[in-house]
Amino acid sequence: MAQGVDTLVTPELQEQKGKWGGERVSPAIAASDIRKWAIATYWPETPPRVYWDEEYAKATRWGGIIAPNDFNPFAWPVERPRVAMGQGTPRKDGLRLTNMNGGQTDTYGVPMRPGDVITSKTRLSDFNERQGRFGLMLYSFRETEWTNQKGEFVRRRISTSIQY
Amino acid sequence: MTVNVYFEDVQVGDELPGWSRTTDYMHWNRYAAVNDEFVPFHMDDEAGRRAGNEKGGFGMGNLRYAYLVNALRDWIGDEAEIREIGCQYRAINQKGDTLTVVGKVVEKGTVGGENQVRLETNVLNQNGEATCPGHAVVVLPSRG
Repeated sequence: MAQGVDTLVTPELQEQKGKWGGERVSPAIAASDIRKWAIATYWPETPPRVYWDEEYAKATRWGGIIAPNDFNPFAWPVERPRVAMGQGTPRKDGLRLTNMNGGQTDTYGVPMRPGDVITSKTRLSDFNERQGRFGLMLYSFRETEWTNQKGEFVRRRISTSIQY
Repeated sequence: MTVNVYFEDVQVGDELPGWSRTTDYMHWNRYAAVNDEFVPFHMDDEAGRRAGNEKGGFGMGNLRYAYLVNALRDWIGDEAEIREIGCQYRAINQKGDTLTVVGKVVEKGTVGGENQVRLETNVLNQNGEATCPGHAVVVLPSRG
């Protein structure tokens, strides 16, 4: 919790604003990744067949298995480029913040499928800070765009993160 | 092939069929496993209390988002598309909460050649509290 500080906005944050970066490339999506995702998010009910039954999915307009819209192809990277959410972000001044997910707006293009490789890029769109129930709270808005190996638009997310 | 609902059959004011889950660590741990989301306050009551939640560990916002996706998919069927979802996380998903996705059609029209239906959505807990207000846009097939 940020107590006794005047601002949570750092020079690094101001420098990042508006600049695309953080390009990442996912491993190829496996059908088993999609099946497990669907099982977990539908638990304890059975997920729709289009997410796990190739024979069934072939007869749909998609011609094969697709992933749920919220599927994350970037889960389980071998190398960990960032601090996991909620574990706090250490800063040069020693301040350690708690990160919370404040919500998002996603726009979807083509669905993700087994074999797809997704490329992601991100930019900090904007930020502001205000007093909240945990003291001084920093709201950051990030835009993340995903495309597949054909260059097709997959998803754009505008996400809000809250640090305090 | 499943078409659950056609564009022509949807009217402003129509409501999503109810979609509910009563969530606890059985759900959160599975979601943590597939999303690689091993955050202490989603895994452990003491860590949840350290993060400011007196009742202990609590559920992921991303899982509530997944429930929104699933409720929409179950309504529209396999042949339709989810074009947009937006939501805010307003309340904590406590252990044992029954979360119900709700939605109401607020607008329909043809946009860029697509038959789009816009809904106001939310995820309510068992006390009727709005935990995740937002909206969605789906693209539905036409009978024509």
